[in-house]
Amino acid sequence: MDPVNRKPSLATVWLGGCSGCHMSFLDLDERLIELAPLVEVKASPLTDYKDFPEVDITLVEGAVANRDHLEHIRTIRKRSKVLVSFGDCAVTGNVTGMRNAFSVPDCINRSYRDNSAVVVGIPSGNSVVPELLERAHPVHEVVDVDYYLPGCPPDGDAIHQLLVDLLNGRAPSSDGRRFG
Amino acid sequence: MSVVTLEIDGKVCTGVSGETVFDVAWNNGVKIPRLCHIGGLPNIGACRLCLVEVEGQKKLLPACITPVQEGMVVRTWSEKLIAHRRLIVELLFAERNHVCSVCVVNRNCELQDLAVELGLDHIRLRYQFPKLVADTSHERFGLDHNRCVLCTRCVRVCDEVEGAHTWDVSRRGALSQIIADLGEPWGESDTCTSCGKCVQVCPTGALFEKGKAVSEMRKDRGFLKYIVTAREKGQWIR
Ligand code: SF4
Ligand code: SF4
Ligand code: SF4
Ligand code: FES
Repeated sequence: MDPVNRKPSLATVWLGGCSGCHMSFLDLDERLIELAPLVEVKASPLTDYKDFPEVDITLVEGAVANRDHLEHIRTIRKRSKVLVSFGDCAVTGNVTGMRNAFSVPDCINRSYRDNSAVVVGIPSGNSVVPELLERAHPVHEVVDVDYYLPGCPPDGDAIHQLLVDLLNGRAPSSDGRRFG
Repeated sequence: MSVVTLEIDGKVCTGVSGETVFDVAWNNGVKIPRLCHIGGLPNIGACRLCLVEVEGQKKLLPACITPVQEGMVVRTWSEKLIAHRRLIVELLFAERNHVCSVCVVNRNCELQDLAVELGLDHIRLRYQFPKLVADTSHERFGLDHNRCVLCTRCVRVCDEVEGAHTWDVSRRGALSQIIADLGEPWGESDTCTSCGKCVQVCPTGALFEKGKAVSEMRKDRGFLKYIVTAREKGQWIR
């Protein structure tokens, strides 16, 4: 980050999560307006990017649960100076990881056969629905992570503190941090 | 009963012979982390979170089962102790399925508190994701093995305080599991009096009251102190 010459850039990514961490991000409310001039947002779940950009800070929500996530997170890691595991699914696997005690075929059957009155199709892994990995991984099981922000979801204050610290080139403070 | 003087973290402390390093430290304001220990139940020295350094001893000693001695010099916090304690807590998180976001004691849990106290923000070990069940056969309570840390507080309170000895531990190592009687569903136990003591002493959300939603369960340990004071001093006071 070079605060003198240009604004730091930020990306937020949504992998195997419920989008709750992003909702909590929006809970920064008017503080978003204060932050907006300080950063350049290069990618978010609402941005239609083909290729993940080079960024200073990336927040990753969600576990690495399928082939697409895996490919995506590897690219993201290469192009992000600072990578933050954002919320419990990214940090521990959390709800997304609850399937890990079961086999992938058992999970697929449960969702697409047992609980469905009409069976229209089972994702094969060759279609638009990406193939599930053997287990949903916390992000740091797959790529190096620089900082962690636990919480399901992390609250607005914690997100704000982390962003302010990172934008000022500091390691995020652990004051008031919780685990789980 | 003689007075013992010792040094804990550079502070001169006094206790009484027969007391443990853990109790004397806490009485003098030095809070040593713990999990299996709970005041009022016999100590088993199982979780090793209370390990301390004692001058002149090569091995680390569990404070909750180490009696104080005259002139002892004890250290309760050091880089090495913190590293060991962190690893223990990480092992506990990785061993079973702790999904805090859907847990009855979320934000009210001794395991979470330990993680925060030790500065953990992620678990470096690979999660095991064992396939475990919850026993909800009891009318008022439940036992979710996913959240059990095998501290055996429940076993001890049921045996030593309630006198029912419903709980015990079956199997070994990572397969260890708390069982009611000889492995019956809790609701069918002949010995359980439904007193609820085990639920209140359990440090995690493993034992819980039915009907409580996420984060709603608060454990009440006051009863244990009440009973112990009554037994030891004959005073029925809160
Ligand atoms: S017992 Fe519940 S709150 Fe405590 S660590 Fe386990 S899942 Fe989280
Ligand atoms: S409710 Fe009381 S009797 Fe029943 S298992 Fe728990 S401590 Fe033992
Ligand atoms: S059920 Fe609770 S009190 Fe009993 S061993 Fe497990 S964690 Fe400890
Ligand atoms: S508290 Fe001492 S070994 Fe568990």
